[in-house]
This record gives sequence, C-alpha cells and structure tokens, in this order.
Amino acid sequence: MKSALRGLVDESVTIIREVAAEFERPVMLFSGGKDSVVMLHLAVRAFSPARVPFPVMHIDTGHNFPEVIEFRDRTVAELDVQLIVGSVQASIDAGRIQDVSGPRASRNPLQTVTLLDAIAEHRFDAVFGGARRDEERARAKERVYSFRDSFGQWDPKSQRPELWGIYNGRHKPGEHFRIFPLSNWTELDIWRFVDECDIPLPSIYFAHRRRVFRRDGMWMAESPFLVADGDEPVSEQLVRFRTVGDATCTAAIESSATTLEQIIAETAAARVTERGATRADDRISDAGMEDRKKQGYF
Amino acid sequence: MERLRFATVGSVDDGKSTLIGRLLYDSKSIFEDQLEHIESVSKRRGTDYVDLSLLTDGLRAEREQGITIDVAYRYFATPKRSFIIADCPGHIQYTRNMITGASNVDLAIVLVDARTGIVEQTRRHSLLASLLGVPHLVICVNKMDLVDWSPDVFNRIREEFEEFASRLSLRDVTFLPISALQGDNVVSRSPNLTWFEGPTLLHHLENVYTASDDNRVDARFPVQYVIRPQRAEHHDYRGYAGRVAGGVFRVGDDVMVLPSGLTTTITGIDSPTGPLQQVEPGHTATLLLQDDLSIARGDMICRPNNRPRQAQSLEAMLCWMDDAASLQTDRIYSLKHTTKLARAKVTKVLYRLNISTLHREADVRSLALNEIGRVEIHTTAPLFYDDYHANRTTGSFILVDENSGQTCAAGMLLSPRT
Ligand SMILES: Nc1nc2c(ncn2[C@@H]2O[C@H](COP(=O)(O)OP(=O)(O)OP(=O)(O)O)[C@@H](O)[C@H]2O)c(=O)[nH]1
Ligand SMILES: [Mg+2]
Repeated sequence: MKSALRGLVDESVTIIREVAAEFERPVMLFSGGKDSVVMLHLAVRAFSPARVPFPVMHIDTGHNFPEVIEFRDRTVAELDVQLIVGSVQASIDAGRIQDVSGPRASRNPLQTVTLLDAIAEHRFDAVFGGARRDEERARAKERVYSFRDSFGQWDPKSQRPELWGIYNGRHKPGEHFRIFPLSNWTELDIWRFVDECDIPLPSIYFAHRRRVFRRDGMWMAESPFLVADGDEPVSEQLVRFRTVGDATCTAAIESSATTLEQIIAETAAARVTERGATRADDRISDAGMEDRKKQGYF
Repeated sequence: MERLRFATVGSVDDGKSTLIGRLLYDSKSIFEDQLEHIESVSKRRGTDYVDLSLLTDGLRAEREQGITIDVAYRYFATPKRSFIIADCPGHIQYTRNMITGASNVDLAIVLVDARTGIVEQTRRHSLLASLLGVPHLVICVNKMDLVDWSPDVFNRIREEFEEFASRLSLRDVTFLPISALQGDNVVSRSPNLTWFEGPTLLHHLENVYTASDDNRVDARFPVQYVIRPQRAEHHDYRGYAGRVAGGVFRVGDDVMVLPSGLTTTITGIDSPTGPLQQVEPGHTATLLLQDDLSIARGDMICRPNNRPRQAQSLEAMLCWMDDAASLQTDRIYSLKHTTKLARAKVTKVLYRLNISTLHREADVRSLALNEIGRVEIHTTAPLFYDDYHANRTTGSFILVDENSGQTCAAGMLLSPRT
C-alpha cells in the first residue's frame, strides 16, 4: 500500500480498536455510501481474523436508491456483521415526527430523531460515523471523539482538547460519543483506497444512464419519492453519484467514468466540492451543517 | 512520500487563517463553490477584498467575532507532498485548542505581525511548541506590506526571537518574511522581497526533511486489543494488536512483555494490509508470539535489553487546560497513558513556568487554566514510559476530571532529576 494511504489506515484502525476496547456498546453507522463502506472494511481489517465486535446501523429514510439497499444487505451478509435498521417511517408511524410533504420535501433532516431514538433504545455509547473533515467547514472543526450531551447535542464552542493519539471517552449514562475514524481522509484518498483494495461499491457510483431533471442547477434523479415539477423536463443522461444519501436531496453529476481509474482522474480534476456538487441540503445557510450537528445530526 | 502535518500558531490576528487561505488559494486547492461562498460572505460584510480566513473560520461564532475559536483541519497536496494543516486559534482563551492542533504535528508555523513583533502569545505558543517537541519550526514574519517590506524589521524580529529561543529546546528553526494577505513569498517569490534569499514558505514545506524524526531505536509496542477469534477455523489464533510507538519489530525478534517480564519470540506479524516481515514506528500491527503468555490491553511489549522506564512516582511537565477547575493536589484524576488507564494524584507542584521570562516560580500549589508547571505524580499502577523528548507516544499522558469528564491536563513525562 502506498505510504500516504497506509498512514491514514493506521490512524483509522487505531481509533476503531480503541473504541472497541473502551466503550461498552459501540455501533457503526452504515449507509452503503462510499465512506461508510471504507470505514466498515477498515473495521474488518482492524479485528481480522476475528469478527467485528459491534453491529452496524442504517438510519433508513425509506427514500433510498434500491441499488444501495440491495448493496447494503449483501455487504453485511458477506462481511458477517449484524445490521440494525432505524426506520424514519417507523418514527413517523409512531408519531415521533411528522412527515414532510410537497414537491421539495426531504426526509433527510428527520433522520436526527430516528438516530437519537435508536441510540437511546439500544443504549449505544459510541457511534462511528464516516464523516470526513474535508467535506464541510463545520466538520473541519470536529474532534475524532466528539462528545454528545444527553440531548445528543454537539457544542462546537467547548470541545474537549484532543492531544497526540490519546482519546478521552469518559461520559455519564445517557451521554454518548460520535467517533470519526475517517476524519483525515479526503475524497481522493477514499477512491484510491477503494481502488487499491478492490472494495465493492454500489453501482450508482459508476456512470450509467438515468432519468433525471434539473433543479437548483443540479441533476436530480426521478424516483417514486421525487417527481419533477411541470417546468422541469425529464431526460435520460449519462450520470453517476459522487455521494449517496437520501434520494430526495442527493444529486447526480454528469460523468462517463465507469472505472475506478476514471473516477480517480475525475475526482482529482474536480473544481467543485463533493457536497457543493450534490447536496441540496447544504445550501440552506452559511452554517446549515453546524446547526444540524448541534441538534444531533450525523 | 509521507504526509506532512503542520500547524499555524502565534498571536491573535497575526494572520494564521489568512495564510492558510492564501496557501490553498495560490496552490489552486480551493474549489469553486468554496470560493464563491467566501466571496459572497466577504461582499455581504463589506470587506473590500476576499477574506481568505473565512476558508477555515467556519463556525458561526468565529465569523461573528472574526477570530478563530477551534482548530480547523484542511488538506492539500502538491506534486511533491500531501499536507494536513491544523489552523490553530491565537486567542489566549483557546490555548487548549492550540495545543490540540499542535500536539502531533511535524512542523509549526509561528506567525508574527511585523508591526508588533514578538508578543506574549508568540512566546507562549513557541514555548508550547518546544515543550510538545514539535521537530520543525518556521517563524513567518507576516504583514511585511505594512512595514514597507523592511529587511531591518525582519532582522530585528529574528534576533529578538533567537534570543528568546536560545532558552528553549527547539531543534530546527527557519525565518521567512511574508505577506499572507497578498501572497508574497508564500507560494511564489515576491518582487517586494528581492533582498530575501531564502525559500518561499511552500518550497520549505515541500522540502523539509522529516524522515529522521521517528524514534527507530527503542522498540515499544503498547498492547491495545487482544484478538481471539471465537471461530473454529482460527481456534488457536491469539494476536496482540496495537501501534508501534518506537523502534522496529521483526519476525523472529526476542521480545519482553511488561509488567510480567516474561520473554518470548515474534512468530508472525499481521497488519490491516496483510502479513508483514517487519513493522515500523507509527504503523499498526498484530503480533503473534511463540508462547501462550497472559497479556492484556495496557501491557507493553519491548526488547529484553531495551526496556522503558517503569514507575508509579513520576515527574512531568503539565499544561493545565480546564477552565472550570484548577489543579488540586489532593484530588484523584483519571490518567490515560498509551493504552493504559490508571488513577493518579499530583502530589506536588515543583515549579510553575513564567511564560514571558521562562523563570521557574517556586512556592506554587496549583496550576490554573493555561499554566504550565513541573509536577510530581503518583499513579495507582506502574507506567511503562520514556522521557517525552525520546518518545512522544510513550512519554505523554492526559489527566481527566472524573466528575466532569473534561480532559483537564496534558502531561509530558521526564526522567527524574538526579
Ligand atoms: N496588511 C496585511 N493584513 C493581513 C496580512 N495577513 C493577515 N492580515 C489581516 O489580519 C487580520 C487577522 O487575520 P486572521 O488570518 O484572521 O488572523 P489569525 O491569526 O488567524 O487570528 P486568530 O485565529 O483569531 O488568532 C485580518 O484582517 C487579515 O486580513 C498581511 O500579510 N498584510
Ligand atoms: Mg485564525
């Protein structure tokens, strides 16, 4: 493995093992997106030949690309890990949250309630997330071990110091930590690792023909959850996804990259950030992510 | 080539965040949507140029106050090297965040405002960089545009810093004149600084030699996790996972396990990328051993003829970081050292370091927020450690307040005074 990637792998594996050793009930978020796939493969490598000593969890908005759900189920079976699904639909049915409606509605922000409920129900004390600091300016500020109070809130103004590679996971019952083993990886590092280690990914990351329409300058995929307005003509285009999330707020990019080599070249030459190109939810305000994180979002 | 980790430090408003923005901008590492964003924010606020510090000052409160509160991490690469940047806050109130950012870097850039020269925060951050053992320091005299690009100003600041630094233990110090705002001598040479014959900042960052910074002599492997698959096909597998804190471990090496003192031989090395013949400092591995010894997390694997120190009474330099409570000498704290958790009491403050004069102030009983002192510590279990200057991993620890959970102090272990 190339030395620059090896250093990142060492750091991530060390963090994953440290959490497994020190917390009672860790869980790893797993959406089937590229970052969570890489994180899960690192966990497998961290404990090999033993099993990964914690379950994985998907917070399912019910509005996913079918290819991704199929990939999710196949991957957990192949890697022999236990999958827990936290369902936004179930939270709606139970009256914990109200569904959103209208042509621009997205369930993405609703995930926070389902996530916090699942953490409370299973009494998880450490929740691994695949967020990277290069993704977004609030994430660029977050610790690897990120403390959450009993309301699940992040307080960016008083984060615990985090020195050397010594992590402090001390907490009271009801509080928990979000753990970010991929903090120092960039989008390009993720792709290089996927390439070097032959990691399978959902097919929608590779160029394919799909029915899409233009909204807010981005290509949105037509789906049962997202329909075009009258003035948004639908056409078939050659596209791929740079990130994979809820189908209502994740856009596709025009691309003909069908191989990892082509995707790496495309990523290296990209002039727009991953979230800027694909995430409708990040355009809300100057501090959209910061505000959502304060409420307990991923 | 390995990544270079570096931090920007120095007093508030000396231009750290602007410098990072400039470095990213001039090396073409800024994306269009990021640039559009900071352009529109700058315009909305009536700044007459694009405020590059907005690239790292991403929190709402930071933008409202125009200062950095917590470390921001940024990433960029040139054809020669990849970089991880920690942009640290300069304000004294956030010193612990500066320590967070600077604790594990290869290099620190100390920004100095050419108009004001060395101020108290410059000294504090340089002292912290020295205590933290940051191997390489670059003193950037910034805002040269505001002092008419004067070589005299640059040389005066350089002399003043050298005089102060002669009492610190800094290994490698470089001085550069720059203007972060306009990018003079950051990525490219400047027509305004023709009198300066040294390199640009980026050239220096790309070429600074770091390969010899690791301790490759003293073999240290803190056991982090015991891997025992409960599966038929790996029934007899028992591996000791961790990260090499020093030296090199090879298949066939005789090793000693502490605290038991028993010796055995390495029969195999597994790693996240497959089996290895040897594993070097900083890398993770799972060691397979000849004999079935009782080994647990927190134990230390080393070579029989090169062991770490072992003690329950220790001396350390301590940086106090808790704003809610000062150090209390009769109180028990949690102590985390490598993979070992213990409880500890600070039994005595030997002296407090005066940041400005570097004088050792005796007759002190406590340390308050941002104070640094030499202390005696007693732990409930022996630590296997090295002097911090010999090994940053086995020589460092943190103290945790058992009530609040706060990380209240950072400690650097020292050989006892004789
Ligand atoms: N004229 C001039 N102004 C500069 C230069 N570098 C930075 N500044 C200005 O100095 C001010 C402070 O810059 P910042 O980059 O926010 O300073 P900082 O060191 O990051 O401050 P903290 O992070 O809060 O400690 C801003 O108004 C900058 O535009 C320079 O080279 N020349
Ligand atoms: Mg700043």
